[in-house]
Amino acid sequence: MNYNDRLSGNEAIAFAMKQIDPDVMAAFPITPSTEIPQYFAQYVANGEVNTEFVPVESEHSSMSACIGAEAAGARSVTATSSCGLALMYEMMYVAASSRLPITLACVNRALSGPININNDHSDSMGIRDAGWIQIYAENNQEAYDNFLQAMPIGEHPDVRLPVMICQDGFITSHALENITLLDTESVKKFVGEYQPENYLLKKENPLAIGPYDLGCHYMEHKVQQAEAMKQAKKRILEVAAEFEQLTGRKYGLFEEYQMEDAEVALVLIGSSAGTAKAAVDTLREQGVKAGLIKLRVFRPFPAEELAQALSKVKALAIMDKAESFSDHGGPLFSEVRAALYDLEPRPRTVGYVYGLGGRDVTPEHFAGVYRRLLDIAAGGDLGPTYTHMGQRG
Amino acid sequence: MKLSAKEITEHSTWQEMTLGGEIYEPATSKLVNTGAWRTNTPVLDTEKCRNCLLCVPYCPDSSLPVQGGKLLGIDYYHCKGCGICTEVCPFGALSMKEGGQA
Amino acid sequence: MERTYNFKHTLEKKERFAPGHRLCAGCGAGIAVRGVLRALKEEDRAVVGNATGCLEVSSFLYPYTAYEDSYIHTAFESAGASLSGVEAAYKALKRRGKIDDTVKFITFGGDGGTYDIGFQSLSGAMERGHDLTYVCYDNEAYMNTGIQRSSSTPRFANATTSPVGTAIPGKSQNKKNLTDIIAAHNVPYVAQTTFIGNFRDLYTKAQKAIYTPGPAFLNIMAPCPRGWEYPTEKLPEICRLAVETCVWPLFEVENGVWRLSYEPKKKLPVEEYLRMQGRFRHMFKPGNEWMIEDVQQNVDENWEKLLAKCQG
Repeated sequence: MNYNDRLSGNEAIAFAMKQIDPDVMAAFPITPSTEIPQYFAQYVANGEVNTEFVPVESEHSSMSACIGAEAAGARSVTATSSCGLALMYEMMYVAASSRLPITLACVNRALSGPININNDHSDSMGIRDAGWIQIYAENNQEAYDNFLQAMPIGEHPDVRLPVMICQDGFITSHALENITLLDTESVKKFVGEYQPENYLLKKENPLAIGPYDLGCHYMEHKVQQAEAMKQAKKRILEVAAEFEQLTGRKYGLFEEYQMEDAEVALVLIGSSAGTAKAAVDTLREQGVKAGLIKLRVFRPFPAEELAQALSKVKALAIMDKAESFSDHGGPLFSEVRAALYDLEPRPRTVGYVYGLGGRDVTPEHFAGVYRRLLDIAAGGDLGPTYTHMGQRG
Repeated sequence: MKLSAKEITEHSTWQEMTLGGEIYEPATSKLVNTGAWRTNTPVLDTEKCRNCLLCVPYCPDSSLPVQGGKLLGIDYYHCKGCGICTEVCPFGALSMKEGGQA
Repeated sequence: MERTYNFKHTLEKKERFAPGHRLCAGCGAGIAVRGVLRALKEEDRAVVGNATGCLEVSSFLYPYTAYEDSYIHTAFESAGASLSGVEAAYKALKRRGKIDDTVKFITFGGDGGTYDIGFQSLSGAMERGHDLTYVCYDNEAYMNTGIQRSSSTPRFANATTSPVGTAIPGKSQNKKNLTDIIAAHNVPYVAQTTFIGNFRDLYTKAQKAIYTPGPAFLNIMAPCPRGWEYPTEKLPEICRLAVETCVWPLFEVENGVWRLSYEPKKKLPVEEYLRMQGRFRHMFKPGNEWMIEDVQQNVDENWEKLLAKCQG
C-alpha cells in the first residue's frame, strides 16, 4: 500500500488533501503556497474530489469561510504563507477558541517588510500563541505524513483544536523529492470521518457559536483551550504510533539525531535540520560528540521532554529562523531555554537568529556554531546569547 | 458532557461550561428577565384592542405574543418598555404608565 | 413564495428571534431580525450569521442565544465570508448525502460591519454567488462602540468621531450608497426597506431575498434611539418620514430590473425627518439653513437618479 513517487512539497500536500477529499477548501493564493489551491482547484475541475472549493477574495476570508464550514459540520482545509497568515491573525484565534479543528497547510515564508518571498519562520512563529497546534516538517515526506496526521489529532473530542502543518517555502515546497505515498483507501481509513457532536447543520438541535463572553466566562473558556492543548500532546503521540504501524515511519514531538552521548547540540526547526545533520556527521567523524534536536511539534511545546533529552548536554545552541526583536533571542530560544531552567546542572545555551528571508545556511555555518559550543563546553566564555548568523558585516 | 444554558452561571467552573462557548439548544435568552429594565410600562386595554396586530411586528423584544389571530397580552418578563407599540396602535388600546411595574 | 401577503398569517408563524436579548429598549436591529426571520417558511431551518456589533453582543451573550435556529458569529468584518463557508458546507454535505432537508442562510451586519469593515467580505460573497442573504441593519453609525461615524452616516450628523464643533458642523461627507454598489454586483436580488405600515414591504422583500436562488442583499434602515437621539417610541414615525421625504426610498432590484416599491404622493421636505433627531439639532440653528438646503438637494438628486433607474 506504500508506493513511491517524486513530488514537490506543495504537490505532496495537495495530493494528501485529494486523498482525504475534505468537504470544503477555501483559499487565496500567496507565494509560495499558491500551488496548493492551484493543484486542488484542478482536482475539483476534473471531478477527482467531491470538495466544495471556495476561491475567496482574501486570506482573512479563507479562514472565515473555513470557520463557517467547519462549524457547519464540514471538514475544512486551507493553505497560506507569510502575509496571508498575518491577515488571518484575528480569525486564527477565533478558529481555535471556537474549538474548530480546521487544517491549515502553512508554507513558511518571511513576513513583510521589506516584502520577501523566501523562507523563514516569522509567519507561523508570529501566530504561535493563537491556540493552534503547530507541526513542522524537514522535508516533503514529513510534510505529507504530518498532513495525514493532522485531522486525527485535531478532530479528537479531547482535543478539538485547529492544526497547522508547516513546511519551508521553496526549500521543500518547490523542490522535488522522492516520497513514499499511501494508497488513498489507507489514507481515508487512517484519517476517518469528521464527526462533530454538534454542528450548525445538525437537524436534531441548533448550535450557536461565537458568543460574547463576559469576564465571568472568558477565562474559563481559555482554560478549556489550555487543557485541550495538554491533551493534544498525548494525542499527537498516539496518532504517530498509529501512523508508524501503518507506514513504518516513526514520528514524535521532536527528532533526536546523535543525541545519546552528545555534549554539544543544536535545537532547530524545519529543513535546515538536513544541513545541520551533515555538519553533525562530519564532526562525529572527527570524534566530536555533536548532536541535534529537530523540533517537530512547537505547539503544544514539549518542554519536559526536551529538558530530558537535553539534560546531559554541556553546551547548546538554539537556532531561530524568526526574529522576535526582543533583544533577547527568537521565540524558540525563549521557549527552549525556559524549558531547561529546572535542570541541575543545566546546559549552557546560546541563541542564533539565522536564515531570514531565505538567507542560505550551509554545513560550515553549523560547524562554526558547534566549534563555539565546544569552547563553551570546555569552560570558555559563554559570550553573547543573542546573535545573528549568515548576515554580512 | 451535556450542559444546558440554565445550568451555566457566573460561578460555573471551566469543567461545567460548554466548550468554546457553544450552546446547543434554541432561544436560551428567554431565561433572561429583561423586563426588569423597564422604567415605564405599556398597558393593554383589552376592551379597546381590536386585534389588528399592527403593534406585533414593531416590538423589538418579541413581547407581544399572538395566538389564533389574537394578541395574548404583553410579556412583561421581557418587555423593556420602549413604548413603540403604544405609538403604533390605531385604537389607543396601548398606553404607557409610569414606573417599571406591570 | 406566498402570492398574497396575509399580515395576520405571518404573525402566526413561529417566532424565531426570542426575547431576553440585551439590545436597548426600542432598538431597530431587533425589529429587523424578527421581521426578516419571519419570512422563512416554517418547515425550513436556517443558519443565522452575524457580524460583530450591537446585535451580536446582545443576542448571543454566553450562554444566552436569542435564536431558535443555528447561529454563528466570527468577527466584525467576516460575516459574508463566514456564511459563505457555512453555505459551502451545506452544498458539500448535501452532495454527500449527509443532509436531506432545506436550510437557508441569512447573515446580519450593522452598517459598520457591512458598509465599512466587512465590505470586502460581503463583496466577495456576493460575487461568488453563494445562495445566502446578507441583511444590513443600517443605523448609520458604529453604535456598539458609541456612535462613531461610518460611511453610512449622513452628512451633518453628529457622531462621536464626526462631532459638531465650532469649526466643523458634524460629518462632512454624504452617505455611501451601498445598495447601489451591491446592485452593481449583478446579484439576483437587492432591496432597500424599513419598518413601514403592516410590514408588507419588509416581509415580501425578505421572502424574495431568502428564496431567490443565489446571493441577495437587503438594506434595512433600523433607527437607533441612542445614536439618533429621539424618544424610543418615535421609531415608527421616523421610519415613515424617512420614506415620505425620500431620504430612504423603498425599492428593489430583481435580476437587474429596478423597481420602486413606494412613491410618496407628496414628497415631504427633509426638515420633517431631520427635526425629530437630536443628531441633526445644530442644523436648525439660525444661520445653518444652508445645511438643510444641502441635504434636500442631495436627497432630491438621489431620488431623481433612482427614478431614472426605475423607469429605465
